[in-house]
Amino acid sequence: MKPLDRKWVWFWSVLLLVGLLVLPFLVKNYRVFQFNLVLVYAIAILGLNILTGFNGQISLGHGAFYAFGAYTAAILMDKLGVPYWATLPAAFVVCFCFGFLVGFPALRLAGHYLALATFALALAVPQLLKYKGIEGMTGGVQGLVLTKPEPPFSFRFLDQPLSADRWLYFFSLAVAGLMFLLAWNLLRGRVGRALIAVRDHPIAATAMGINLPVFKSMTFGVSAGITGLAGALGAIVVAFVSPDSFTVNLSIFLLVGVVVGGLASIPGAIFGGIFIQFVPNIADEISKSAPAAIYGLLLIGFMYLLPMGVMGGVYKFWMRMRTKTAG
Amino acid sequence: MRLNTFTLAIATLAALAISSSALAQKKYDTGATDKEIKIGGISPYSGPASAYGAIGKAISAYFAKINEEGGINGRKLNFISLDDGYNPAKTVEQARKLVEEDEVLFIFNTLGTPPNSAIHKYMNGKKTPHLFVATGATKWGDPKNFPWTMGWQPNYQSESKVFAGHIMETKPNAKIAILYQNDDYGKDYLKGFEDGLGDKAKTMIVSKISYEVTDPTIDSQMVSLKGTGADTFFNITTPKFAAQAIKKAAELGWKPTHYLNSVSASVGAVMIPAGVENGVGIFTASYLKDPTDPQFQKGKEWDDWLAWMKKYQPNGDIKDANNVYGYTAAQGLVQVLKQAGDNLTRENIMKQAASLDMTLPMLLPGVNVKTGPDDFFPIEREQLAKFDGKTWVLFGKVYGR
Amino acid sequence: MEAFLHQIFSGLANGIIYGSVALALVMIYQATHHINFAQGEMATFSTFIAWALIQAGWPYWGAFFFTVAVSFLGGLLVQRIVLRPIEKAPVLTNVIVFIGLLLIFNAMSGMLFDHTIKSFASPFPKDSVLASKYFSAHQLGSAGVLLVVLVGLFLFFKFTSVGLAMRAAAQNPDSAKLVGIRVSWMLGLGWGLAAAIGAVAGMMVAPIVFLDPNMMAGILLYGFAGALLGGIDNPLGAVIGGLVVGVLENLLGAYVIGTELKLTVALVLIVGTLTLRPDGLFGKKVVTRV
Repeated sequence: MKPLDRKWVWFWSVLLLVGLLVLPFLVKNYRVFQFNLVLVYAIAILGLNILTGFNGQISLGHGAFYAFGAYTAAILMDKLGVPYWATLPAAFVVCFCFGFLVGFPALRLAGHYLALATFALALAVPQLLKYKGIEGMTGGVQGLVLTKPEPPFSFRFLDQPLSADRWLYFFSLAVAGLMFLLAWNLLRGRVGRALIAVRDHPIAATAMGINLPVFKSMTFGVSAGITGLAGALGAIVVAFVSPDSFTVNLSIFLLVGVVVGGLASIPGAIFGGIFIQFVPNIADEISKSAPAAIYGLLLIGFMYLLPMGVMGGVYKFWMRMRTKTAG
Repeated sequence: MRLNTFTLAIATLAALAISSSALAQKKYDTGATDKEIKIGGISPYSGPASAYGAIGKAISAYFAKINEEGGINGRKLNFISLDDGYNPAKTVEQARKLVEEDEVLFIFNTLGTPPNSAIHKYMNGKKTPHLFVATGATKWGDPKNFPWTMGWQPNYQSESKVFAGHIMETKPNAKIAILYQNDDYGKDYLKGFEDGLGDKAKTMIVSKISYEVTDPTIDSQMVSLKGTGADTFFNITTPKFAAQAIKKAAELGWKPTHYLNSVSASVGAVMIPAGVENGVGIFTASYLKDPTDPQFQKGKEWDDWLAWMKKYQPNGDIKDANNVYGYTAAQGLVQVLKQAGDNLTRENIMKQAASLDMTLPMLLPGVNVKTGPDDFFPIEREQLAKFDGKTWVLFGKVYGR
Repeated sequence: MEAFLHQIFSGLANGIIYGSVALALVMIYQATHHINFAQGEMATFSTFIAWALIQAGWPYWGAFFFTVAVSFLGGLLVQRIVLRPIEKAPVLTNVIVFIGLLLIFNAMSGMLFDHTIKSFASPFPKDSVLASKYFSAHQLGSAGVLLVVLVGLFLFFKFTSVGLAMRAAAQNPDSAKLVGIRVSWMLGLGWGLAAAIGAVAGMMVAPIVFLDPNMMAGILLYGFAGALLGGIDNPLGAVIGGLVVGVLENLLGAYVIGTELKLTVALVLIVGTLTLRPDGLFGKKVVTRV
């Protein structure tokens, strides 16, 4: 089969980009807010995917890093007056350090044991956030209310103003684009191959000279850092943090997003984000008396249809198209 | 021109018509039309607090009754209730959907302190009424800074103060142990209690221990509390843990003077599972009629409520106090809308909400609903009660404004 | 001193609960090499069924055994119908399906039986000779039941051909198939047994914590911890792990750090233990050939 013409790839990419740029002006502010959340979750899922998809370490506790990132941003903005965009790199660094520290004991744990340890982390975080001792900083059980950043300039396009939500959309889009680019760069090179080698054949990887302990900890750190950055962005978008926003459910939803999007797939994170943002709303519309049950059914159905996630399905479809035309 | 009677009559009629139509001018904000009033609601239909989803369902059922009876001033109530799973980030999303996409006139009875905190600023920024929030936190009655938000139920701190006051009166040398849920609800009750005891709080409270909603049992906490030798116990727990605490205290052979918060003071949901003989002598404060309490299961108010349950919520649990809560809150709102008449602007809705003075059938006798421009706490009164093994026997005066 | 003993004994009593749940988790793991996150909710649902039967007038032990049988069938059916299509799919896909099952069972419990807490009868008489200040008759009785189940499982796995076939199917499905074992049915059997054990655990727990749809949420986590601490492939280890978790939880909360940071300390302990003994306290070390 003829390989995809470069012209066409460029064409569709440009079209997609233009579409993404125009999108916020075609819909109401509330929808733009939802899109912002999709972007935030996509970044968080990307972080988790690096660890779980590419490196095979199951984490049921990434909600904890998301929470740490969110609170870092909130405390910096609320108590120290730091501008919102500067909180993102701060959150990355803070969560990278946490992740690296968690990564050390995690090294010795495989599969289910790591899942338990990270699950315990996810459970401990809300209680920790409520702790009296740090209430002055964290706002305790009441949480912290933040101010949404105003756009730095204003214009109108298609008769809609550049509102705060739309400005945040472009900001989030840029951040997401940057994170995806960084991840892609990281993963297609030596590091990426090393990650996958460590996942599939750890003994051989060590024999090949990969320093397993350091490598695994670094992976944990980077993964936590990216998810933490997403948390910071999320705090800015929602303009509110409280311990109840970061329960175990968040960690579970992030894992759902990873699997639904496709393990070890970067573009899959977008689909994961779309799924965990919108499917609960769909479930809510279908049934008021048991929305969670509908969500559960949709989850199971989705896994039947696409056990390898969206990108897995896309890949299978692609392969089938190639073999068809090849014959 | 000679003004004959006929012309005078016409002129008078015309004048009357013009002036009355000016009075009866219909004024609408988004969400209100001649035919319907759109009302938004956010409840935890899923997640850890899903037990409280029953309130949202009760409100829907009451509005269904109102609609079947013709609506209010000829308008049907369109109640759009969304799920937030008790996750404040989701509450923000749903509030925005209701205000910006569904374009409701106002939002009513959103549940939980963190969810409401998350949308507090937004609702006031959008100048949309954030009415009768379903939480007892004290910060909802602040008309100066947040003129569009109004509370509903007696706030937790004032209830604690009632208990504290009673202890100071009857047992000024008490040694008090406290068990509280480690969240905004528990901490709010605790603060009110400590404030109520004032300077004596430090000497009177010998121990305060918390628990998480995720804890399977509170046995360990109860053992610790008993070990302090306290003779008075303030029980700030939700129904499941309240029942466990009452049962465990009895098993441990600990018989302190026991004060139970009103959230868990249901005969059917707490006292009976815990063992009624274990609950004799427990104090509480309440403002709503407990549907499982035999003393309230008669009279016209009860018959009306029961008939409504049977017709509009046939699968509803008659023992669940949430159904009484939802029924009463919905009635409060109906009164506000009735008072608003044809002037359905958001400003007028707030104005009418701040001009209430009534009683409602399922409130305890002596408890009323009263608001004013500076008083955004509709229900403030509570009465102490003591459990006698079958029912809560009311005694003493009615506290509160 | 008395309070200290009390904490230990009440910790042991809780530990029996965690141990029962841990046992069900180990059961599923031994049969399928998966951890079933929906275990707790299935157990709660079974307990509701038993409650409904008792409300309808059935005698306690009749309801008990009927529920155990129905749960066994239910577990088997869940495996055959819901899980078989994805047997070959990656581990995480299965995990997501378990999460879906968790949500469905939890929502069904809430929808069918509502959220008001219910008291559940205990078959062990309150004023028994065996009861003491520290242990109620029910807690002793539950311990006894747990022991019976544990011994039964041990005998089943070690001495019956079905038990052996199940272990073989889980450890090496390909070789097992070659020997003629119907691997798929073994998985179903494993699920059925786990569901039955879960039902027993639920019925032993409910009299203490009261029955409501979220009864097992907190317990599942501690059961999970107990199972892993003791070694995920070791039934006895799981029970001991559960007891350890129960006692530690109480002692930590009461004497070490107070209840406000209990979970964080528990986390540190779990991670610490696993760092020193990554396969759990009693787990077998799995050695892979290069």
